Amino acid sequence: MNPKSYLAYTLGYQLFGKSFLSWQRHSDERKLRAIRPAPDDPLNPPLVGTARMKELMSRHYLEGRYANGVRKVAWVTSGAPIEVLRALDFFLIYPENHAALCGARRHAEGLAVEAENAGYSRDICSYARTDIGAALSGRTPMGKLPRPDLLVCCTNICQTVLYWYRVLAAHFGVPLYVVDTPFLYEKVADHQLDYVLEQIEGLIPVAEKVAGRRVSRGRLQEIMEQGKDCAELWLEIMDRAQHRPSPITAFDGFINMGPIVDLRGEPETFAFYKELLREIDRRIEQGVGAIRDERKRVLWDNLPVWYKIGKLSRHLGAKGVNVIVSTYTYAWGELAPMMDASDPMRSAARVYLHPILNRSTGDKLRSMREMVARFQLDGAILHSDRSCKPYSLGQIDQRDNLANDLGVPAVLLEADHNDPRVYSDEQADARLDAFVETMEAA
Amino acid sequence: MGEAKWIGIDAGSTTCKAVAVDAAGDLIASRIEPAHPVIEDQAARLVDELRAEAGAGGEVPVVATGYGRKLVRGATRNITEITCHARGVFRALKQPGMLVDIGGQDTKVIVIGPGGRAVDFMMNDKCAAGTGRFLEHSAARLSVAIEDLGPRALGAVGEESISSTCTVFAESEIISLVARGAKVDAILLGLHRSLISRVVAMIHSVGLRSPLMLSGGVARNLAARAMLEQATGQKLHLPEHPQLMGAYGAALVGLESGADR
Ligand code: SF4
Repeated sequence: MNPKSYLAYTLGYQLFGKSFLSWQRHSDERKLRAIRPAPDDPLNPPLVGTARMKELMSRHYLEGRYANGVRKVAWVTSGAPIEVLRALDFFLIYPENHAALCGARRHAEGLAVEAENAGYSRDICSYARTDIGAALSGRTPMGKLPRPDLLVCCTNICQTVLYWYRVLAAHFGVPLYVVDTPFLYEKVADHQLDYVLEQIEGLIPVAEKVAGRRVSRGRLQEIMEQGKDCAELWLEIMDRAQHRPSPITAFDGFINMGPIVDLRGEPETFAFYKELLREIDRRIEQGVGAIRDERKRVLWDNLPVWYKIGKLSRHLGAKGVNVIVSTYTYAWGELAPMMDASDPMRSAARVYLHPILNRSTGDKLRSMREMVARFQLDGAILHSDRSCKPYSLGQIDQRDNLANDLGVPAVLLEADHNDPRVYSDEQADARLDAFVETMEAA
Repeated sequence: MGEAKWIGIDAGSTTCKAVAVDAAGDLIASRIEPAHPVIEDQAARLVDELRAEAGAGGEVPVVATGYGRKLVRGATRNITEITCHARGVFRALKQPGMLVDIGGQDTKVIVIGPGGRAVDFMMNDKCAAGTGRFLEHSAARLSVAIEDLGPRALGAVGEESISSTCTVFAESEIISLVARGAKVDAILLGLHRSLISRVVAMIHSVGLRSPLMLSGGVARNLAARAMLEQATGQKLHLPEHPQLMGAYGAALVGLESGADR
């Protein structure tokens, strides 16, 4: 540990930063409580718990600013096996989440242009371009990201991350550990589990070497346990959308999912979601929905359009459409039953083989059909995300199946989760409005 | 012919259409013009003209559709082209089925259910491939008038294949074909083929059904019609005024809503 860094960490983060952010949260909570939507606002007042989410995420990135020289830093993909890293007290940065924050704060385009100017094609995922742009330019709305000491990339979401992390490894000159996860066309086979298990076990000595200490098996179990608790809680929150009217929207899920991705398993994450669940349950008791007049309940497939969340929720809300659930937010809870603290490594292998993007398109369709029944949905919006090919693959057939087999109106919305240059308000509105009209006529 | 009860305005990207219907839902007056950049003014003028022509001198309520629908002042409702086209064509052809509307900026495939409601639909993605603009743009490149496109393509001896459905890429293909001395008519035939292949892909992504109906500006193009029939193996049914179906449907939706205003 570097004494100067430690001093800055203690003063900037531990003492002043945390207290400032907690003061800010109180002030945000007051403001959120005071919101009285205009009579023509289609949305009910927002969830006050969101202030806590903002505090957690800001605190995380603030700690990141001071982390180098105090804690070892790993940059990881969203589906990376982080239990080993957390057990060694690594500070974790999720470039995908960082890119999403840039997208939501309308900084993604400028950063993507930095990457494009450096020669990266516009056909590459906009998360990768945003993040590579941030690494190359050193610019980020989060102030500053800590340099990684280790990169861990798991291919259970896409192959883009493999090349993206190789770029990062070359840029930062640090080791990259890749966990390769075979795609599950069918049920997982034992040899696939063994193959992934071996790689997760193989991460231990690499991470130990960077961390300069040994991992304790007890701590690993504890971390798996905490991760499971958080994922179960998140699932419970998502499932509250089964109520009529739904107390939450999928957009609430998108906004509040940062901690389940970046800080999963942390005790404070658990406390935050507990509080959020209480607030949601109060809404249910009072019969208050997330939107004022819920006439149609809809599924969202794929990533959100980060820079249009507010616009889309108002536009649809004004037509009585509540987008209540999404395959994307659900993905962070649905694997909870697979987590087993008694055998943390093998259960990690199973969990990290099963993210939605590592399962067949037919499997995703089954999940969507099941959601239609369980959440009593009237329609589905399938965001065809120009950036995320693995998520968008198969959507034409999935849409067709929902519309023709199940008789559930479904629409393909062409957009990009982070790059506003491929979004056209007029065209998107025309599709969504026509979709709403087909639901109304159904 | 009765007096105008409702007016439908279809403010599209290339043309602006207006239709007046009487109490029986018959089309009694219409206008079609190239789209003006200031949609509000153009729509207001067209409404005034129709009121003067077919109205009883009093107010006639308006329903707006098309890309500029939200800009039509004084419209009692605005409804998407999907619903309006389905309604208009259903009334004109008196049958459910599958409607293909090839317009200037977008192409729509609509499944029309009983009663003329739109059950399912697909619109082209954010590019001009598979739309009228594709032909228009290429015609301009070859200095051929739009109305001559179809007849010349049909009369072509031989066909040049245009592999790109992208308007910009097709343009460079055209340039190199012309440079190599290819016949203009043969290029036109290839362009139609490219357009229709894109439209057929959209039809299949929704699932082909019969009867197959066609509307929109491209419906006037004989080559496009013949090729679409050939590619789908279906006979095409066309309404009498294929370009007015959106505006007609809008007026009908107004009429069906019951209220006069
Ligand atoms: S391609 Fe999809 S899964 Fe891969 S990083 Fe981009 S958004 Fe994530």
